[in-house]
Amino acid sequence: MREFTLNEKLERFILNWLLLMIVWIAFTTTFATEEVVIGLIVTLIISLLSVRMFTCCKISILAPKRIYYMIVYLFVFIIALIKANFDVARRVLTPSLPINPGIVKFKTRLKTDYSKMVLANSITLTPGTLSVDIIDDTFYIHWIEVKTTDPEKAYKDIAWQFEKILLKIF
Amino acid sequence: MSIFEIIGAVFLLIGSIFLFLGGLGIFRMPDVYNRLQAGTKATTLGGMSLILGVGFLMVETNWAWMVKAIIIVIFIAFSNPISSHALARAMYKRKRYPIITSKDENMDAYREVNENEKKEEDA
Repeated sequence: MREFTLNEKLERFILNWLLLMIVWIAFTTTFATEEVVIGLIVTLIISLLSVRMFTCCKISILAPKRIYYMIVYLFVFIIALIKANFDVARRVLTPSLPINPGIVKFKTRLKTDYSKMVLANSITLTPGTLSVDIIDDTFYIHWIEVKTTDPEKAYKDIAWQFEKILLKIF
Repeated sequence: MSIFEIIGAVFLLIGSIFLFLGGLGIFRMPDVYNRLQAGTKATTLGGMSLILGVGFLMVETNWAWMVKAIIIVIFIAFSNPISSHALARAMYKRKRYPIITSKDENMDAYREVNENEKKEEDA
């Protein structure tokens, strides 16, 4: 892992602290003074210790435009998840079990590790696909009904609907 | 019965139906990868809607349940696909190759990577 400059570290530390504090308040579900003070201290220690590990992005991730795309992404994702479940239900309940499995590959345009992780997770939860491995920028996807083995077409079919939004967020 | 209890019950019903279909999928599918496909999707949506259903059932007694339920839903959405990905990759590295029904030879793009790795190890 590369070394961060002081400025980057500070940015990531503040973002970490903010996120942990939100999770703390959500778990305690109270704004009583003693709870909030203890939460501030505990999350401060955790974010100091973990500044090199648990950091995904710069603080500019909280820009309104990016948050808007995150909400759009959430809806696209939930619709894909529900579709995926009906797809599984259809395949399972059809007596002939209509599958034609195989593994396809394609290249992604995303740069950071975290965006690749989000894309791989989304691909796993969309209809008929399961991410098996990521090597640098190549995704290997198990597809329950292979429509094409051509990487470009597979990319359009599987990843494009998510990646066009992710490119705007990260 | 209040409206929240009805919503909660509907979520519980939907969750259990999808979990049942996922279980049926694991039973019927021919190999590990297809089973993971059925299992992951069903457990993610099924588990999510079960937990949201519990949150809705309790929302009148204590609204904190709903907030915690939403956090658990977010954690499920992140951790479930990661575990299935790890299982699929581990199975491939153990040389349990996926069943391929069609005659096309390019159906398994991941095979070449593993064969190259093996050659490097041998050399």
